[in-house]
Amino acid sequence: MGGWRRRLALVTAALALMVAGCAPDQDGWRLTNITGLMPELAFTLTDDTGDTVTGADFRGRPVLMYFGYTHCPDVCPTTLTTLRRALGRLDGGAERVRVLFVTVDPARDTRAAMHRYVNAFGPQFVGLRGTPDQLQDLTRRYRVVYNRDKPDGRGNYLVAHSAAVFVFDRSGTPRLVARPSDQPADVAHDLRRLLPEG
Amino acid sequence: MDAIRFLTPYEFSPTVLVATLLAAVLFARGQRAARRAGEPVGVWRGLGFWVGLGLTYAVLQTHIDYLSQHMFWVHRGQHLVLHHLGPILMVLAVPHAVMARALPAGLRERWLRPLWHHPLVHGSYRLLQNPVVASLLFVGIIYFWLLPSVHFAAMLNVAYYNAMNWSVLAEGLLFWWLILDPRSPAHGGLGFGVRMIMLWAVMPPQILLGAYISLNNGVLFEVYNICGRAWAVSPLVDQQIGGLLTWIPASMMSVITALIVLARWMRDSEGRPAARTEAA
Repeated sequence: MGGWRRRLALVTAALALMVAGCAPDQDGWRLTNITGLMPELAFTLTDDTGDTVTGADFRGRPVLMYFGYTHCPDVCPTTLTTLRRALGRLDGGAERVRVLFVTVDPARDTRAAMHRYVNAFGPQFVGLRGTPDQLQDLTRRYRVVYNRDKPDGRGNYLVAHSAAVFVFDRSGTPRLVARPSDQPADVAHDLRRLLPEG
Repeated sequence: MDAIRFLTPYEFSPTVLVATLLAAVLFARGQRAARRAGEPVGVWRGLGFWVGLGLTYAVLQTHIDYLSQHMFWVHRGQHLVLHHLGPILMVLAVPHAVMARALPAGLRERWLRPLWHHPLVHGSYRLLQNPVVASLLFVGIIYFWLLPSVHFAAMLNVAYYNAMNWSVLAEGLLFWWLILDPRSPAHGGLGFGVRMIMLWAVMPPQILLGAYISLNNGVLFEVYNICGRAWAVSPLVDQQIGGLLTWIPASMMSVITALIVLARWMRDSEGRPAARTEAA
């Protein structure tokens, strides 16, 4: 009896360790810490100048990646504005950060439309679009959804998509997730920590 | 989404494909061998296995898996199949007895039987199948993967996600085999009274958890807000349906299996064999 009680205690202890090890703690970050959970930044897409770019092209810089579309009525402009304000709060190094805006609506978001849209937010903003397969690979990799609604009578439609901003460190490792409720000060706080980090 | 695409894997898993094919081939060949030996596997037994295996494969390797990653209540439905319905249907068919017929005698006798009787394998099995341990594990594994921080990690990380689904399925097979083993206690099965107590004991914790989730006024599982839901449903409605799925159908499985155990218990105490050990 004592034998299996001891083994049961061991199993319980092992489970408790797993719980502790699974989810990273906040460790001083204000955004949600996802260190160790997701794969490094990798994709092949076309940027808003028409160049083919990959995840590796952004090594050495903190990267913020967000999925959205230019016809998005509210959440995309709000989120991108939050990011722009966060960059404005950085005393130095803001120019080294890149914000990747990946369109989930490549049918309407032409290269030119993306170019106009991201330039309105700042020089650090990069518009990215891809073929349906390229986009699917990327959304599957970061486990996010996007879903085109049925068009209305005039052919307008909404695209449901994730609201998260994925934050990568300079080595391309996903470290944090920003949610729509996070404030520019929180994003800036964590970016300041990521800028000198390698 | 067109039907063909829906039926293809969202994230292809060679492990699931190989395991499913292996189980299917072994069971089909076992069925044929049993028929040739004049001891055919009963229609319902066979059907139960195929439906159970098919459902398990479907929730893992069709776009149901995509929906499960992006809608809490679909995820709960996926686990209802992986932890309850699929294993129940499969173990009711006593599949290892059928599959054993498909294995070459040499492999069975020279490798599998000694492996099974190895102290390490048999000892761990005996420990896992201790009624108290088995009941704690059955409930514990549901609670564990629904701890908000663990759930968050499992939904973002592919390795944790696969570990979650495999552990739930394996645990379901172990638990339901203990409950639905057709052998009477005289032939090595667990006492019917103990089985009834186990089925009763695992119910309140599942009801409690399901009620806690569905009646909670706050969003417990933030990860679906971050990655997005498969279609527009308010987070609390998603959570309420998910909680109800954890609560009601899961408890109903206990009730239905308790009826099966009860029927076997009555047959056994009437002196007739619950099921022939040989057929099992």
